Amino acid sequence: MAEYQNLFTRVQVSAPHYHGVPHTGGGIWGRHGSGGVSHLLGRLGDAQIGPVYLGTLGLASLLSGLLAFEIIGLNMWASVGWSPLQFIRQLAWLALEPPAPGYGLTIPPLKDGGWWLMAGFFLTLSVMLWWARTYRLARKLEMGTHVAWAFAAAIWLFLVLGFIRPVLMGSWSEAVPFGIFPHLDWTSAFSLRYGNLLYNPFHALSIVFLYGSVLLFAMHAGTILAVSRFGGEREVEQSLDRGTASERAALFWRWTMGFNATMESIHRWAWWCAVLCMITGGIGILLTGTVVDNWYLWAVKHGVAPTYPQSFPTVVDPALAPGVTP
Amino acid sequence: MIRATRLLVVLALSSALLAGCSKSGVESVQNGYRGTGMATLYDKDRVAAQYAASQLPAVSPAAPGEGPTAGQIYQNVKVLDDLSAAEFARVMLSITEWVVPKDAPSEQAACNYCHSANLADDSKYQKVVARKMLQMTRDINSKWQTHVASTGVTCYTCHRGNAVPAYAWFKDPGPGHQSGIIATRAGQNTPSLAGGLTSLPYDPFTPFLLNDEPIRVEGKTIGGDGNRSSIKQAEWTYSLMIHMSESLGVNCAYCHNTRAWSDWSQSTPQRVTAWHGIRMARELNNQYMVPLTETFPANRLGVTGDVAKVNCSTCHQGVYKPMFGASLAKDYPELRGRKAAPEATPPVAAAR
Repeated sequence: MAEYQNLFTRVQVSAPHYHGVPHTGGGIWGRHGSGGVSHLLGRLGDAQIGPVYLGTLGLASLLSGLLAFEIIGLNMWASVGWSPLQFIRQLAWLALEPPAPGYGLTIPPLKDGGWWLMAGFFLTLSVMLWWARTYRLARKLEMGTHVAWAFAAAIWLFLVLGFIRPVLMGSWSEAVPFGIFPHLDWTSAFSLRYGNLLYNPFHALSIVFLYGSVLLFAMHAGTILAVSRFGGEREVEQSLDRGTASERAALFWRWTMGFNATMESIHRWAWWCAVLCMITGGIGILLTGTVVDNWYLWAVKHGVAPTYPQSFPTVVDPALAPGVTP
Repeated sequence: MIRATRLLVVLALSSALLAGCSKSGVESVQNGYRGTGMATLYDKDRVAAQYAASQLPAVSPAAPGEGPTAGQIYQNVKVLDDLSAAEFARVMLSITEWVVPKDAPSEQAACNYCHSANLADDSKYQKVVARKMLQMTRDINSKWQTHVASTGVTCYTCHRGNAVPAYAWFKDPGPGHQSGIIATRAGQNTPSLAGGLTSLPYDPFTPFLLNDEPIRVEGKTIGGDGNRSSIKQAEWTYSLMIHMSESLGVNCAYCHNTRAWSDWSQSTPQRVTAWHGIRMARELNNQYMVPLTETFPANRLGVTGDVAKVNCSTCHQGVYKPMFGASLAKDYPELRGRKAAPEATPPVAAAR
């Protein structure tokens, strides 16, 4: 008897390949290939791979994404003198840096941020085209567009960081560099420059929704796996026709914390938690520098940051002494 | 059974990984109000090794200060001319001990390192540099007590038996390969030794310890009041601060309450000392090191042809106070500044 009690899916369905429902609305593209089967992938998800639908939007998205990837990667490689060894060794440190503050919102020379602007354009284009693809595919399959809108929430944060906020600040230099460590250093520097991002309430909300998403994910996945022996994985049927799996899952949470979601509402909880993580995060970044320059001082004004007793002799800014330049 | 053994092996390997961090562990010393997370962390092994390497050399017996001055007796004495002959000889012998390499070949051994047969001759560049450095030492001890307090410095603070101090800096043009239309590094994005191996700017010294670029980037008001400091600028400051932290073997909370970096009222008194230290390093570089650029032979200069310069590591060498605060200068009044000229008895006192 098949059971979901392991980390891996123990059921491998062996059946003729499923080609999928015919999509509506035409289009010049069909599905490619007839699909294959992978046992290893079947342990993680569905064993069937393909057929693939790429489409105009998918192809355009992949091409512009590849262009951005190449601009970033080749500039990084060039910066170590085309040495393959150094490229691998220093990969985490290398970056494609946005223009210096002096360039404002003008188009800088290629070497001084022009490549960065170009890479950013093609990456954004690629992401937008991929969004349109998720929307259009959902429509063609006569689904709701929930996935597209959740993706849009992430794109919102991406656009705020790399485009909307830099434009409002009047400088491309405010945007994030492309690079592994460099973008992390940028994050620290962003917080240092704007008086501690941890005091930004939207940053705090974003973290709440991030951790909330993780918690909900664990609670929901744990619950469904736990009642799969009663058919709990047939969530959609159970949300209309509550069976013993649904009853037991509900009872478990009601006994645990006095309240329970339903087979349907738990997915709305999860969707909103995930989406709000990005929306609130984007608002927090957007307000930084444009409206609030120092979040710590903001927190003091609004009674968020407490004062602590003095534990060492009073320290005064030495730059305030007469005749001193800081 | 096999499963349990496997688990034990995994646990043992994971703890072995953690144990690699520090053998004797890290000691945490609270230095701020509870709840603020202000604590300085000391790696016990590192501190023990540094302490062993920070023992002061033997102090030579004090010399009498009476009698004719070195300036009257010897020719071409320009800095230590206020000392007595005995004091002058004491300083010369001490410099030899502190600075001249023990294994130098005979033509460079001891006095020969700086002097030619005619002791007054300035033909060896080492002598010209040493003169400037003596002037600098006296200057630090007399004018920069905001940073060195009464502990003071001697040649040994930086040199520690080496002709060239182990920690000095040169302008870093960064790895090459930047030509044509290839994107520049903008002074960062390669493992930065100054910035603690991050991808932060690799030469934070030129703007802050040679030039006088603004270090402060944080807004002083909620609305900013036109503060146009950029995030990129913050990265340069960040790199300088990492250098200070690494040079002193302390973490950020040694000086700052990290919830409000710029706020002086929440900072420790050490931050004031550090503030003066930055100004001191800048002045020493501009007043003493840069003017020596032409004096040094090419092999002593950096890749851009610039002179070796001072940063926090030059004296501190990884310790929060050089030599853990032990003062050698207290036993060498000769290096603490010019001796006050012997005053004639004030006429008022004489009248009484």
